[in-house]
Amino acid sequence: MQLLVSSSPHVREPDTIRGIMWQVVIALLPAVAMSLYFFDLAALKVYAISIAAAEAAELVCLKMRGRPLAHAADGSAFITGLLLAMVLPPGAAWYVPLVGGVFAIAVAKHAFGGLGNNIWNPALAARIFLQFAYPVQISLSRWPAPRVLWGAAHDVVTAASPLAKEGAAAPLSYLDLLLGNGVPGCIGETCKVALIVGGVFLIARSIVDWRIPLFYIGTAFVLTWLLPTGAHARAWSADPVYHVLAGGLMIGAFFMATDMVTTPVTRRGRIIFAVGCGLIVSLIRRYGGYPEGVAYSIVLMNTCTPLIDRWVRPRIYGSTTPKPVPREA
Amino acid sequence: MATDVETLTFRQGGVHPAEHKERTSGLPLEVSEPPAEVAVLMVQHIGAPASPAVKKGDRVSKGQLVGEAQGYISAGVHAPVSGTVKAVEPRIYNVTGARVPAVVIENDGEERWQEGLNQPRDAERMDASHMVEAVQECGVVGLGGATFPAHVKLNPPADTTITDAFVNGTECEPYVTVDHRLMLERTEDVIDGLRLIMRMVGAPNGWVGIEMNKPDAVEAFGRALADEPAIRVVPLEVRYPQGAEQQLITAVTGREVPSQGGLPLDVGCVVHNVATTLAVREAVRLRRPLIERPLTVTGDGMERAGNFVERIGANLGDIIRRQGVREGTNQIILGGPMMGIAQGTSEVPLVKGNNCIVLRRGAVVPPQRHCIRCGRCVDHCPLGLMPGEISIACEERDWDAAVELGMLECKECGCCAYVCPAKRRIVHLIKFGKSELRRRRAQRKEGG
Repeated sequence: MQLLVSSSPHVREPDTIRGIMWQVVIALLPAVAMSLYFFDLAALKVYAISIAAAEAAELVCLKMRGRPLAHAADGSAFITGLLLAMVLPPGAAWYVPLVGGVFAIAVAKHAFGGLGNNIWNPALAARIFLQFAYPVQISLSRWPAPRVLWGAAHDVVTAASPLAKEGAAAPLSYLDLLLGNGVPGCIGETCKVALIVGGVFLIARSIVDWRIPLFYIGTAFVLTWLLPTGAHARAWSADPVYHVLAGGLMIGAFFMATDMVTTPVTRRGRIIFAVGCGLIVSLIRRYGGYPEGVAYSIVLMNTCTPLIDRWVRPRIYGSTTPKPVPREA
Repeated sequence: MATDVETLTFRQGGVHPAEHKERTSGLPLEVSEPPAEVAVLMVQHIGAPASPAVKKGDRVSKGQLVGEAQGYISAGVHAPVSGTVKAVEPRIYNVTGARVPAVVIENDGEERWQEGLNQPRDAERMDASHMVEAVQECGVVGLGGATFPAHVKLNPPADTTITDAFVNGTECEPYVTVDHRLMLERTEDVIDGLRLIMRMVGAPNGWVGIEMNKPDAVEAFGRALADEPAIRVVPLEVRYPQGAEQQLITAVTGREVPSQGGLPLDVGCVVHNVATTLAVREAVRLRRPLIERPLTVTGDGMERAGNFVERIGANLGDIIRRQGVREGTNQIILGGPMMGIAQGTSEVPLVKGNNCIVLRRGAVVPPQRHCIRCGRCVDHCPLGLMPGEISIACEERDWDAAVELGMLECKECGCCAYVCPAKRRIVHLIKFGKSELRRRRAQRKEGG
């Protein structure tokens, strides 16, 4: 009898990395479906190029690093490509998602050691890279207007975001913002209802820690409400509901700030992380020159994650201090 | 009935793996035929190994001391059968896989007890120290798996006060059902054993902690203890590793055993599992050495599962062949699947700590990926450690970091690796780290 000698525990829960990753993809599908309605073939093109670029870069990097190519099917690169497309403008030229997908996987992920070792959320790191590489494409271009669910269509071209500090932003009701009806913005960020549905699914599946979206959005809500506004503030500037419903906060809080690899491993650490994200995004929106700030807030807090994990540790059973054993000299 | 009982549990972490107990929990304990030959290892427990007290050719009686305890944290080993010593030679210790000295006895089939053993005596007239001596003399060790010599626990230092004595009836490892059977079949004896333990340690309170997947045992103790105000049965939520002393104490009393080597007695508690409580009772009341133990034999590779009383030193291979090994069996685990040891061969002698044999078919080790920092190991660690980080420190051989992260607190319960979606061998790495650290410290000491 050939015996298998393994180390305990000899039984494992069925969850795998692959299972978790594809469940995240499933959770994004409602928002993807809505974006295809709003932005049509323009969005489809960005999705296809971004995902293809990410998966191709994944295969090449795995090959170069001598890792099993089967890892390219674990869903992690697919999610990166998908999420990157969702935070790009619907009218982006073909090379924008292409460069972004490759940068996300090759630079932000594999250059740091691959899945599990990357410091920054790869999709957001690529988004920020593209911001600098193609400022006109990302920030200043006049983006195609979305198809509406009801009511009159807006201009063919409109401002980049309902949070834009200049230009004639269309008047948007809370309901419009919630559903994404006629809301300009990045491909996958406009339909908040779809994003919330996906986020709640992931929370129910224990893949997302509810603390992160709650404390991120909660902090942003409180601070955009309380922080004093400048002299030239726009009408919605001090309206916390508007801040929560407009722009990338929702997709960031549910799907980007909850990326396991780049966020703290402890519950308390995740609360600190999320509050930090909320603080940074509020400061940028209120006092910065940039209307959004979600990507920067998350990537900055990603950078702080190793420090948070070092300082915020669970209390060890039976001890009164979190660090019971002194380091040996 | 069972569901509306209010249950207690420990505060943090834990998991609930599939129980697999239904196959054997209804099967009464059967006493197996004594084997023709036993190999009694001189290493049976935590602490110093025993030293052989007999030599080749000696005739021994059942219950006769064949291995002498060395020091206080050690326990004697006794002949499980009467017969002739065939050899004193190395055999495999199924906990570590190392070969250790063993006394091999050929059974003469006479079942002849040594003079003075296995005789009822009046325990009511024995004082505490006399009773502890009896436990020590009979080689009783913890039978839940950790095998700590029982007399040490029963003889707390003079400056400590023990308030609570526990029977640990949690049996939280999947598959194992012997304690469940003992609690049903020998309820009164278990309570009697607990009373003796309470007398030995001077504890006014007695507790019987039972997880609610054994509602019949909770009921049996509830009935038996109806007129016994000092002893209470505590229904517990089904949650692994509730059978660990620390978790049981916290679940019942809310107290926490201090970290950095603290013991249950530091918080006034003494815990013994069900089989140990019975062995203590038999040592005191009957002067019967620990020469047999109950164990569950089960798993999808086992043709006829059951609960059996087997002699110490019986050959594992003989037991599983007797019960029938199914085609495709490729793993033998001694103990439960969370903390048990997978064997490299079926030909190993049983030791006092073996409570279960699980035969598995088609067992595989899932491929391991890099940690994705999901934090599930942190959320499920009952001790509040960061197991993933410790395992990474061990991989990098950064022993200072591993120790600082609390590696030495880890009890290797396996919750972390159980929930890990990357299928990392976290416990394996921590075991490796601990042994490596021990080796290095020993080396440093030797080097002066």
